[in-house]
Amino acid sequence: MNKIKNHQLYRLTAAHIKEIVREPVVLFWGIVFPILMAWGLGIAFSSKQDLNREIAVIKHSNTSTIQKSALQNIIEHYPDKEKGDYALSLKNEKLGNVKLSFHECTEAEAHVMLKKGTISLIIDVVDDKLVYYFDPVNAEAQLIYQLVKGVVYNGPQYYASHQEEIKPLTVTGTRYIDFLIPGLIAMGIMMSSSWGISYTLIERRSKKLLRRMVATPMRKSNLLIALIFARFIMNIIEAVLLYAFAYWYFDLQIQGNLIALALLFIAGNIAFAGISVLISSHTANSEVGNGLINAVVTPMMVLSGVFFSYHHFPAWAITFIENLPLTMLADGMRSIFNEGAGLLEIWKSLLVLSATGIITFVVGLKIFKWY
Amino acid sequence: MEYIVEVSNVKKSFKEVHAVKGVNLTIKPGEFVGLLGPNGAGKTTMVEMIEGLQHPDSGEIKIAGKTWKNNSKELHQLIGLSLQETHFIDRLSVFETGQLFASFYKLGTDRVNEVIELVGLQEKRKAYVTTLSGGQRQRLALGIALLNKPSVLLLDEPTTGLDPNARREIWMILKKLKDEQNTSLILTTHYMEEAEFLCDRIVMMDQGTILADGPLDQLLRDFDNARNLDELFINMTGRHLYE
Repeated sequence: MNKIKNHQLYRLTAAHIKEIVREPVVLFWGIVFPILMAWGLGIAFSSKQDLNREIAVIKHSNTSTIQKSALQNIIEHYPDKEKGDYALSLKNEKLGNVKLSFHECTEAEAHVMLKKGTISLIIDVVDDKLVYYFDPVNAEAQLIYQLVKGVVYNGPQYYASHQEEIKPLTVTGTRYIDFLIPGLIAMGIMMSSSWGISYTLIERRSKKLLRRMVATPMRKSNLLIALIFARFIMNIIEAVLLYAFAYWYFDLQIQGNLIALALLFIAGNIAFAGISVLISSHTANSEVGNGLINAVVTPMMVLSGVFFSYHHFPAWAITFIENLPLTMLADGMRSIFNEGAGLLEIWKSLLVLSATGIITFVVGLKIFKWY
Repeated sequence: MEYIVEVSNVKKSFKEVHAVKGVNLTIKPGEFVGLLGPNGAGKTTMVEMIEGLQHPDSGEIKIAGKTWKNNSKELHQLIGLSLQETHFIDRLSVFETGQLFASFYKLGTDRVNEVIELVGLQEKRKAYVTTLSGGQRQRLALGIALLNKPSVLLLDEPTTGLDPNARREIWMILKKLKDEQNTSLILTTHYMEEAEFLCDRIVMMDQGTILADGPLDQLLRDFDNARNLDELFINMTGRHLYE
């Protein structure tokens, strides 16, 4: 045993394990954080609860489409109406329960919901024929289509004369890429601000450069303003390049107001610059700084619906998620890019983002440790 | 003005630790003073209080007759300093680093070039800071400290960790400064030769107080003809200077 213990391979391994275990921050990120993530995402996609799938059903003039549609019999068989939606629960112990919520709305409303990512499938009834609209590339839309189709075909009251047609949605503004790019631009602002501003400040503090600089007649606020401004210029370049690529490769169009877009972009930068100053206001340890930045950034990356809609999360969580800075920025960007939104639609986000930035900046500056 | 730096009865504590327990110290214009003592003697705290980076709990520090309170803008113009270890921005060149700091004093590039020449970094003018050797980095730090032609220069262990050649280069720069300008120097150091070569006066600190203050040869004589700083310290306290 002693021979093994004194072997260099044993000693080297032991030294490395001790090094890892004795750094609490690393332990947090390695062990606690993944568990928290699993818990958070588990809530979003848990099979214990009924998984809610929203479907838009287009309502024509006065008569309810559902009333005269192929879905009518099924809906009547499961009269489960909540908040004006027709809900249909599909029980399956092995696959998990799914609740199909049929939401009646106009065609325009349906398209907005589609662009926001709230729904991915639209059903219309044209001459007793069910017409499904969805992006065939979207796996979730495919799945919901299969579920609805299954219900229609194999429902308790088989609808014999059922006819269907699939209309692929490839219109600009409704594709996954249209959903993704504005979110990526928003995420880019967050990531580059938090790492560019927070990490730089923490590193300069740990290397005593901040201390050296404030021992000169330099104005302290100028240091922060310059750092924020430099990052802002970089963020513009990054966003423009990303958009240029998406425009050239995916024909991504900005449908809304460009001034509103510019203002939202600035507000987003203000918000994340302020948050970054606050994050970096105290610590001189870059490991701790690393953890702090991740603790702020990662939850938003997961929750704020950059890559997929946050509407999978339970209703109580959505109110919280909607008020996260990244969600506000991403949703605002999307509404301008895809829904043709202008100042009128996004002024609230503008205000909240700017206020968040200014408040966090002032608080951060107040408690800022220069040395 | 008789004294450029006046420290009277200054005390400073950090939580339970009394770092500086009532220090009095005066420095004349042009005088070079070496601050010596074991680790934890309160040297760095003392220097940082004179630099305005720490504030005394009680007592008073005046530079050119002014306290840091309400005069910080003016006093920043009067002092130059290098910290025990400063990393500048890695991917800025020597010249660009000089330009950055010169802008804080509203100085132009002429002064930056002058200082680069003064510390002998002409050949490294365009080199990134990250490529400099330890000695070159310390010379850059010294050059930055001299940009504003300070009345009081505070150097915290400027040659620690340098090889004898690099150390000597820094001494020569400071010697030249002493001969040509009326700058006062407060220097913390571990090296007897450094104190001997540069300083008019030695201030020996221990446990937050000043044990002795005077020219090196006089101190050595006064304390049983000590042969070096360590012997001097043993003769004062019965303990080694660096353990």
